[in-house]
Amino acid sequence: MAKEPHIIVQDLTMAYGSYVLQRDLTFTVNHGDVFIIMGGSGCGKSTLMRHLIGLKAPAKGAVFYGDVNFWGAEPVERDRMMRHFGVMYQSGALWSSLTLAENVALSLELYTTLKPAQIREIASLKLSLVGLAGFEDYYPSEISGGMKKRVGIARAMALDPEILFFDEPSAGLDPVSARLLDDLILELKESLGTTVVVVTHELASIFAIGNNSVFIDAAEKTMIATGHPKRLLEECAHPTVRNFLTRGEARAEVKAGERPTPCFLA
Amino acid sequence: MALPELHLEKTADRNLRIVLTGEWTLANSLPSAQALEAVFSAGPEITRADFEASGLTGWDSGLLTFLISVMELCARRNVAVIRDGLPSGVNRLLALATAVPERQGARRGGAHVSFLERIGSAAIDLWRSLLEMVAFIGEAFTSLVRLLTGKARFRPSDLILTLQECSVDALPIVSLISLLVGLILAFIGAIQLKLFGAQIYVADLVGIGMVRAMGAIMTGIIMAGRTGAAFAARIGTMQVNEEIDALKTTGVSPTDFLVLPRILALSIMMPLLTIYADLMGIFGGFIVGVFGLDLSVAEYYQETIKAVGLTNVWIGLFSGFVYGILVAIAGCMRGMQCGRSASAVGDATTSAVVTSIVSIVVATAVITVLCNIMGI
Ligand SMILES: Nc1ncnc2c1ncn2[C@@H]1O[C@H](COP(=O)(O)OP(=O)(O)OP(=O)(O)O)[C@@H](O)[C@H]1O
Ligand SMILES: [Mg+2]
Repeated sequence: MAKEPHIIVQDLTMAYGSYVLQRDLTFTVNHGDVFIIMGGSGCGKSTLMRHLIGLKAPAKGAVFYGDVNFWGAEPVERDRMMRHFGVMYQSGALWSSLTLAENVALSLELYTTLKPAQIREIASLKLSLVGLAGFEDYYPSEISGGMKKRVGIARAMALDPEILFFDEPSAGLDPVSARLLDDLILELKESLGTTVVVVTHELASIFAIGNNSVFIDAAEKTMIATGHPKRLLEECAHPTVRNFLTRGEARAEVKAGERPTPCFLA
Repeated sequence: MALPELHLEKTADRNLRIVLTGEWTLANSLPSAQALEAVFSAGPEITRADFEASGLTGWDSGLLTFLISVMELCARRNVAVIRDGLPSGVNRLLALATAVPERQGARRGGAHVSFLERIGSAAIDLWRSLLEMVAFIGEAFTSLVRLLTGKARFRPSDLILTLQECSVDALPIVSLISLLVGLILAFIGAIQLKLFGAQIYVADLVGIGMVRAMGAIMTGIIMAGRTGAAFAARIGTMQVNEEIDALKTTGVSPTDFLVLPRILALSIMMPLLTIYADLMGIFGGFIVGVFGLDLSVAEYYQETIKAVGLTNVWIGLFSGFVYGILVAIAGCMRGMQCGRSASAVGDATTSAVVTSIVSIVVATAVITVLCNIMGI
């Protein structure tokens, strides 16, 4: 498959007011990639995702989808593009007064002309893909935390979007469910050609599914690595990245006053 | 783009071949699995079904839901489904969809509820909500006792903030409404009293009306809509976010921490707001008296002082105090009883206002009857 750029992030600076979170982020997500956004807690991964999905405008820089400048486009055009995204939020963000099936079905009702029975079938299918067959008529307050995560994933997949954004999908899942989720992500990429952007800390999952990644660092306030996670593990010498990818086993240290070279693998 | 098409061919050995061609995506209207039903019931018995998908140009969830229906239908008819002919991606996704079997007993039937059953469960709900109300009031009372013995824990800053919310912040709206009520009372009274040349009694009417009843009632209703609703929304949202549970596990009684300061704040501030509302109402009457009925300032003042006895003031203050407690209890109670969804917060807020206003009206009736019996 020829690598065609899907999302291009260029010189992105993210800030809350005058507080700059990250600067000079530049990376490309290709069609059919499973792209991992990683980094320590609080470094701005969720914020980066908010920039990619149209919830927060960049302080500087640009995000391109294909060759369209996402934040430079008219709001109407942006809304149209956002319809091709499926987003799963870190905290679930399920609509608490709708049942699980209705949560999944809402976008189908709004954006397709399918019959209610068909919509219901699709909602059931999506729920069974995340292992929640039979829970269609439950309310979000009646299911467990990990189940909420999975409903969020099912809801993101409702319209078979071109790009899926998952914010920590496997946090709070048991190893078996997490593994099934990895299989699902790989399968969506293989069969439907979906591009998947995943924010995650799960090392097992990073190596199992990711074929490209960006590592952003809170201390340096910028990205310090990109590339295939497995190659990063082998080739990257940056102490922060090494520690992260080996769960601290590497015991690499950043020496005071020194700025280790970032590793941007092509 | 080729439209999705479904052909059913009977091949050898009681086999049904399901031929899929075209673009099987949700954007196109897809054939229904019901077509198979017709074939199954019509011809000789069919024992297996397989697929032929070489003409398939594209697919998404639409194809998957179709296949799941087909498989369910075949399972019911004891027809073996051979999935080899399908694209491998489709097969893997179908395998994932069935990887976690449906949990036993999880599915909820849309059971039909009979009319009698509904009446019955409504009655049980009503009884339960009455019990809950009594329990809540009891809990609030024990919490008050804990406060008096110095054992209740809440943050003083919380109390101060609530005091401010239900006093200073409410002044503008209380001023406006009371002034207008005073004006209205005076205008309506003036039309009648003028007939007898007894304009001066407008002062009595407005004074007694405001001080004894209207001041307290109007303030109570304003506070029900303003503060009671806010209490319910705030505590209800905390309930949704499991903040109340977190308080409990921290060893803090939510009643002490959230309800008590609010009841205290409203019961302290309502009498003060009532006095303020009384004065504004009397001022409204005064404007009508002096500018509309040509009464002199001194005259109006004297008449008001003469009419409004201290007893009336006490009755008004007492009413205000009672309304304050009722509004605070209704708001906090509905908040604490709130369910775990956004719409439950909305329901809690609505029901807090309704409960407050109903209980204010009932309390007014009780107080009036009691005053009548005691002859004051
Ligand atoms: N609305 C906001 N206003 C101001 N600062 C914010 C806001 N939201 C987040 N931040 C700050 O931005 C930083 C990054 O937040 P973000 O949620 O993107 O982190 P994260 O990388 O997703 O962390 P985690 O892995 O814990 O989810 C944090 O330091 C946080 O304090
Ligand atoms: Mg986050």
